[in-house]
Amino acid sequence: MSKNLRINKNKFIDQTARISFKFNNKKLYGYKGDTLASALLANDIHLVGRSFKYHRPRGIMTCGSEEPNAIVQISNDPSFTEPNVRATEIELYEGLEAFSQNCWPSVNFDLGGINNFLSPILPAGFYYKTFMWPASFWEKYEFFIRHSAGLGKSPTKPDQDLYDHQYAHCDVLVIGGGISGILSARLSAEKGLNTILIDDKKDLGGSTLYENNDIFKIDNENSNIWLKKQIEDLKKIRNLTIKNRTSVAAFHGYNYLLARENLTDHLSIHERKNKIRQRLWKIRAKKVVIATGAIERPLIFDNNDRPGTILSSSIKKYIDYYGVKTGENISLFTNNDSAYETAISLDKSGVKVKVIIDIRENSNSVLSKQIEKMGIKILRGYTVINTGGYKRIKSFDVKKLSNDGGSVVGEKITYKCDCLGVSGGWTPMVHLFTQSGGKLKFRNSDNVFIPDENKIPSEQISVGSSNGDFELDNVVNNTVKSIKVFLGLDKTNYEQLKIECSKEKQKRNIWLLPSDKPMFKTKPFLDFQNDSTAKDVKLALREGFKSIEHVKRYTTTGMGTDQGKLSNMHALGIIADSTGTNMGELGTTTFRPPYTPLTFGAIVGRNVGEFFDHTRRTAIHNWHVENKAEFENVGQWKRPWYFLKNGENMHQAVQRESKAARESAGILDASTLGKIDIQGIDASEFLNRVYTNAWSKLAIGKCRYGLMLNEDGMVYDDGVTTRLGENHYIMTTTTGGAASVLSKLEDYLQTEWPELNVYLTSVTDQYSTMSICGPNSKKIIKKLIPALDLSDENFPHMSFKNSIIDNVNCRIMRISFTGELSYEINVQSNFALNVWEKCMEAGKEFNITPYGTETMHLLRAEKGFIITGQDTDGTLTPSDLQMDWIIGKKKYDFIGKRSLYRSDTIRDDRKQLVGLLTDDPKEVLEEGSQLIESLEKKPIEMLGHVTSSYFSPNLNKSIALAIVKNGKKLKGKRLIVPMENENINVTITDAVFYDKDNERLNA
Amino acid sequence: MFLINCPYCGERDQSEFSCGGEAHIERPKQPTELSDDQWAEYLFMRKNIKGIQFERWNHIHGCRKWFNIVRDTSNDKIHAVYKMGERPPVK
Ligand SMILES: [Zn+2]
Repeated sequence: MSKNLRINKNKFIDQTARISFKFNNKKLYGYKGDTLASALLANDIHLVGRSFKYHRPRGIMTCGSEEPNAIVQISNDPSFTEPNVRATEIELYEGLEAFSQNCWPSVNFDLGGINNFLSPILPAGFYYKTFMWPASFWEKYEFFIRHSAGLGKSPTKPDQDLYDHQYAHCDVLVIGGGISGILSARLSAEKGLNTILIDDKKDLGGSTLYENNDIFKIDNENSNIWLKKQIEDLKKIRNLTIKNRTSVAAFHGYNYLLARENLTDHLSIHERKNKIRQRLWKIRAKKVVIATGAIERPLIFDNNDRPGTILSSSIKKYIDYYGVKTGENISLFTNNDSAYETAISLDKSGVKVKVIIDIRENSNSVLSKQIEKMGIKILRGYTVINTGGYKRIKSFDVKKLSNDGGSVVGEKITYKCDCLGVSGGWTPMVHLFTQSGGKLKFRNSDNVFIPDENKIPSEQISVGSSNGDFELDNVVNNTVKSIKVFLGLDKTNYEQLKIECSKEKQKRNIWLLPSDKPMFKTKPFLDFQNDSTAKDVKLALREGFKSIEHVKRYTTTGMGTDQGKLSNMHALGIIADSTGTNMGELGTTTFRPPYTPLTFGAIVGRNVGEFFDHTRRTAIHNWHVENKAEFENVGQWKRPWYFLKNGENMHQAVQRESKAARESAGILDASTLGKIDIQGIDASEFLNRVYTNAWSKLAIGKCRYGLMLNEDGMVYDDGVTTRLGENHYIMTTTTGGAASVLSKLEDYLQTEWPELNVYLTSVTDQYSTMSICGPNSKKIIKKLIPALDLSDENFPHMSFKNSIIDNVNCRIMRISFTGELSYEINVQSNFALNVWEKCMEAGKEFNITPYGTETMHLLRAEKGFIITGQDTDGTLTPSDLQMDWIIGKKKYDFIGKRSLYRSDTIRDDRKQLVGLLTDDPKEVLEEGSQLIESLEKKPIEMLGHVTSSYFSPNLNKSIALAIVKNGKKLKGKRLIVPMENENINVTITDAVFYDKDNERLNA
Repeated sequence: MFLINCPYCGERDQSEFSCGGEAHIERPKQPTELSDDQWAEYLFMRKNIKGIQFERWNHIHGCRKWFNIVRDTSNDKIHAVYKMGERPPVK
């Protein structure tokens, strides 16, 4: 059944290296150098997929990244599979397995094809209009939509491949390895500039590489031969880096570009082992040359989407480069001279083109004369009005165009065919230029948007057909001319080139070709991937959409994975024609990165798994691991959450730890708290300004708790600061707030108070902190440091001593976050583990119990101490937290002071911190649950929420902190916590549950 | 991703810096003398200009110094960079 359409002589395909692959489980063969698309075409397979909306059969339409139809799923391995791969880009490798997308049960028999017959009821905006109502039906609609739409399947297992990121800096980056890119790279590198040349194909040379036509000559050689020599010379230049199989995805400001290099996708699976699959290049270029070429436009006529309908220039590439005939009965349909080149190429390979339909009345270029000489039939002034066939084009109908091109006249002629080449002219690839911020201008003579040379955002230049030069002499001469100016070259080797080429003399463009049928009976496809037709665009205009961006979204034109590379110009053209607007005024939609889709792997590179983020571990971490700690992530830190003993669960462990800390002794690794060393003659004044309370009178050797606000008066961070010397303090911050507090303080010092002589240094990592608390803590410290006088007179609460434990200098603060008598030992981190072990040893007889963050949170909640970030959320003032005592009323100013008496911050009915007790003392509330007053009055007002909640083993009941509207005045008030299955009754209480008089601090 | 010429370190990638918003908004020396409206003006009101804007930037992953830049927000061109306390260049 399958025919071999390969012609034997071809220098780009290695016909000695046969490769086997599978398409929809059928084993097929191709050759090294093929793409999946060229190999399929060689096997006479055109039907590759079904369209998105109508499930119409679709075939290979192009030979490059603009392919809208031939997108396939590669492999069915759950970790390796990749959807939406363009068959025209993927190089064939041994063992390649590809599957059609968008069809069920198979590409040949697709149930969704029914949508094609339903298409009259699936117009533009159909989804918006129909599925909006009634809302309760949405779930049913969704089921239907999800099963009939969607592109490909995501992998279900982690990607096993390796991906890399690499930075590159260069003087000149040239994007595109066609003739203009080659010339630019050569001129740049020969000038001695550090140059990178990027091309997305495996071979340099662009379309000139396989141009073998005597009409196109440079210095008396066929242009392909001449270019080949240029490339060979180019490869010898040392300060030039060539990156093949690399595609620029994004061009950002300041000449920062991202490019994806494919390293292994063309290799057989076993050759890929241990190799990096893709590398994302992050390039800073002093200058950029865009030489990205142009892509051919299709033509818009009824049923222009049947498999076997291919861009004319792609037919040329398949025959000239891959040696593949796209059919045995080929005709061409064009509005310009390019199709003639295709006809000549086909003819040379023994494929006679049956007829060329040209919408122009005449053409007398060199090319058209050669076609006439070859005896190929041309119908001038005609248009294709329809095509026949279903899974493959079988025929097409033509009629004569009226003089104004608005309708068709005369008799219909039908031609049989198995392939129809179409050419609607060329579109410069200006995507990267506009991504970088460049503005386009419209050239009316041939309907192209080209870079506006007066609106170039950075040191860059566009050359060749991406700059709107389509004829060989213009491409070469203008590239050389502009690169000379751009790079400041005196003279080049390309000054006096003799160039021969054909010049196109007649032009005619009709965006939407007329039909003999009324519009509503036709299907002239614009966006082949998203199935939007010219009809849809016209409908959108009738319904009042005017902006091109709106029409795009309403009709989904240009919103597929190809970003409408083929469709955008026609959509614009039809809008311009229908509304009588000039296309230049209409403008284009915005081209956004990436130019071609990027894999997630390439985007994240090595930043996966353990490299996703930094992990910070304290100096005592390994001890915690050995002692069965479960860890909690606090920012980047790993903190012991609780320690499991003898088959306990979390609740049992926390209850045990909490009791031990209050009854005898507990020890906590508090090393993650932020520590900022503050020095300078104005250190006291500085603290006065950043904390709400007074600092200037704090004696040396004393500690003080401080609250820091934002300028808006809301609590920002808190911690204890100790005065180590006359001009020396050590500040502690919350674990999560450490970095931002330091930045904020630096900001004030550098910008608002530069007159203050203060220096800040983060010492969080340099010092480790262990906190020993409980009634026996004093005895343990005594054992550790017999010489230290621990009496309340010598070493009272909120004071500090320098001391030595086991020859290690340490700072000991008598401060408490649990309400118990506590000592906090700070030592240089590299001695911390040793000192910790000494503490454990000394505490053994007192059953010293290591505890984690959960117990710490529980103990402080018993005392009603807040945790900023848990009990506060940036909307609470000190007064809201019932901490008015910490406001230095006599202080003239501190950060946030003025905001404390703004009209909003002095409102009575603000949310305020309170305690909550449940009626059932065993019932522990869920943190985050809402508080309401009554279930009767609707709508139910949410009065606040639970911020902290625990079962307290020391009180033998459940306790909670909450913020409640007007809470301060509601002590004793009963509220309801509505949960999914029950309503829990609670009573508002004081926020301090345990040891209200702080007697235990001096126990 | 633009390049910023840190006045202390030289030209570096934008990812090393963090933006601190509009420049030249001085913290009032005597906040207690201000009405709610005046204080709110300082606290909340910021310009959001399309075009030339004066901004504070911090070389947060570098020397950690704050400085000012003049940036055209429509195309990210940086017209001037100057240290804290220095006079802004006139347009
Ligand atoms: Zn710097």
